[in-house]
Amino acid sequence: MPAAPLRALRNPGDRAWSALLMVLGGALLAVAGIIVLALWDVARPLGGVVSLKQFVTGQEWDPTSDAFGALAFVYGTVVTSLVAVVVAVPVSVGLGIFLVEMAPARVRPVVSFLIETLAAIPSVVYGLWGLFVLVPWLRTSVEPLLGRALGFLPLFQGPPIGLGYLAAGLILAVMILPTIASITIEVLRTVPSTLREGAYGLGATRWEAIRMAVLPYARSGIVGGALLGLGRALGETMAVTMVIGNSPTIQTSLFAPGYTLPSVIANEFAEATGEVHTAALAGLGLVLFGLTVILNALARLLVQAVGRGPAMGRP
Amino acid sequence: MSSALVRRRAVDRLMTALAAVAVAVALVPLASVLWLVVSRGAAGLSWAFFTHLPTPVGEPGGGIGNALVGTLYLVGLACLIGLPVGIGAGVYLAERGDSPIGRGIRFTADVLSGVPSIVVGVVAYGLIVVPMKRFSAIAGAVALAILMVPTLARSTEELVRLVPGALREASLALGVPEWKTSLRVVLRTALGGIVTAVLIAVARAAGETAPLLFTALNNQYWNLKPDQPTASLTVQIFNYAISPYEDWHAKAWTAALVLLLLVGSLNLLARFLSRSRLRSQR
Repeated sequence: MPAAPLRALRNPGDRAWSALLMVLGGALLAVAGIIVLALWDVARPLGGVVSLKQFVTGQEWDPTSDAFGALAFVYGTVVTSLVAVVVAVPVSVGLGIFLVEMAPARVRPVVSFLIETLAAIPSVVYGLWGLFVLVPWLRTSVEPLLGRALGFLPLFQGPPIGLGYLAAGLILAVMILPTIASITIEVLRTVPSTLREGAYGLGATRWEAIRMAVLPYARSGIVGGALLGLGRALGETMAVTMVIGNSPTIQTSLFAPGYTLPSVIANEFAEATGEVHTAALAGLGLVLFGLTVILNALARLLVQAVGRGPAMGRP
Repeated sequence: MSSALVRRRAVDRLMTALAAVAVAVALVPLASVLWLVVSRGAAGLSWAFFTHLPTPVGEPGGGIGNALVGTLYLVGLACLIGLPVGIGAGVYLAERGDSPIGRGIRFTADVLSGVPSIVVGVVAYGLIVVPMKRFSAIAGAVALAILMVPTLARSTEELVRLVPGALREASLALGVPEWKTSLRVVLRTALGGIVTAVLIAVARAAGETAPLLFTALNNQYWNLKPDQPTASLTVQIFNYAISPYEDWHAKAWTAALVLLLLVGSLNLLARFLSRSRLRSQR
């Protein structure tokens, strides 16, 4: 793209066009500023009631007595998102490898289309499916089985309820899979084929070429994709709200019901009991905003770094 | 054949099989969701379901007419606000995006596209609901518009950048001023692609629930006033699904089918348009 031609700026039309472009670009920065200011404004009344430390580390959430501790929500958000990433990353990477490295070229657009479809299904539809299909299945089949096989771990103890961290984590896994898979595919495609050819030339099998030549090159991009997926999982609201069980407690077992930051905002905001309650919920939103901004910034930097290729691998 | 080679080939086959299994695992939920929404939702479809107001529990009949109109209304309002800002920012990024400020704005757009929709709901609450002291369609539309802007900006930028540089250069070489070149040559060429991007943004907005819960809220009746609470398909599905009533659950599935048909047809239309555009360029 050419830099703005300086001489052309003498033309009044071009000067107006340049000014208009600045305004249009600035509007996006304004949107970012508005988001931060509006969140801060709604959350401000909380400042006089609860200290930051109480808010972040407190375990009790009781709006009627002005107790606003967010730890159970932070815990639920982190646990469900981690379950989602642990389940979704191997599946997405396997899918990416299959599509880019193994499958015939005809298969690629078909599977890509299906993955796009998976991404296009609205969150509330996943929630409906989770509530009436996934949760009963977990309660009657999966959780009893996990309890018998891995019950010695505290993660898999307790009564199989269905609604809880595990259900939320699995549904999140389905929802973030398209994000991670599409970035994995994108990143694998940028791997120079000379790397593969070099590995084959040394007598590697296809898997050895993938493991020793392709994956090391793509690693930081895949990590970036996983972080983007994690960011989506942290903020995902509706599907989680419908299957998490809505219990503001901290429990070790994945079978137990919990609560997440977005879910409590979704459930309580419209019926908040007063200005401070609303402010506390907006405060949760601010925490969530901060978490996702940091994760996304990190993830974008990682994915961009792969696009440029590792410094030492370049000719 | 040496045993090492046999083992290496076995590992190779095993990993190929595992990768294929990953594809299958990824597609099972898709098949399950689509099948169940269709099989459980289809029974409730009728003309009345699209045109009638919802009925109280236990009363037969009733539909989601107001919610369907509400979704279209909210998305329409959101487009009025969000499209100019999103597309405009995209044009800025394509035309001036290589400056340090441009890179900063691009990075901001990327980061904003990851902000959770529920947080944007709180933003719209602070911006519109608090000063108006009332839940309203315009508040919901503002939330949806804010959600549209970052992704629309990035896809518009990519589409404008796809326009071959030779077109721009040819126009400039003929002495056409830059602004006219950008508007009448570059943007006009990119227009078809931008329409596709808009359709995808509209489909995503129509499927949003979280930012509407405490902005547009809900409404049992028809509403086309921007300052009144408004029903939407997604919030209606949520309310039906978490209710304890069997016949409301059935309505949730049917409404979900309607929503999927709406979102799916928008996406298919976008796909069809972009494909026919590619073919005509070839």
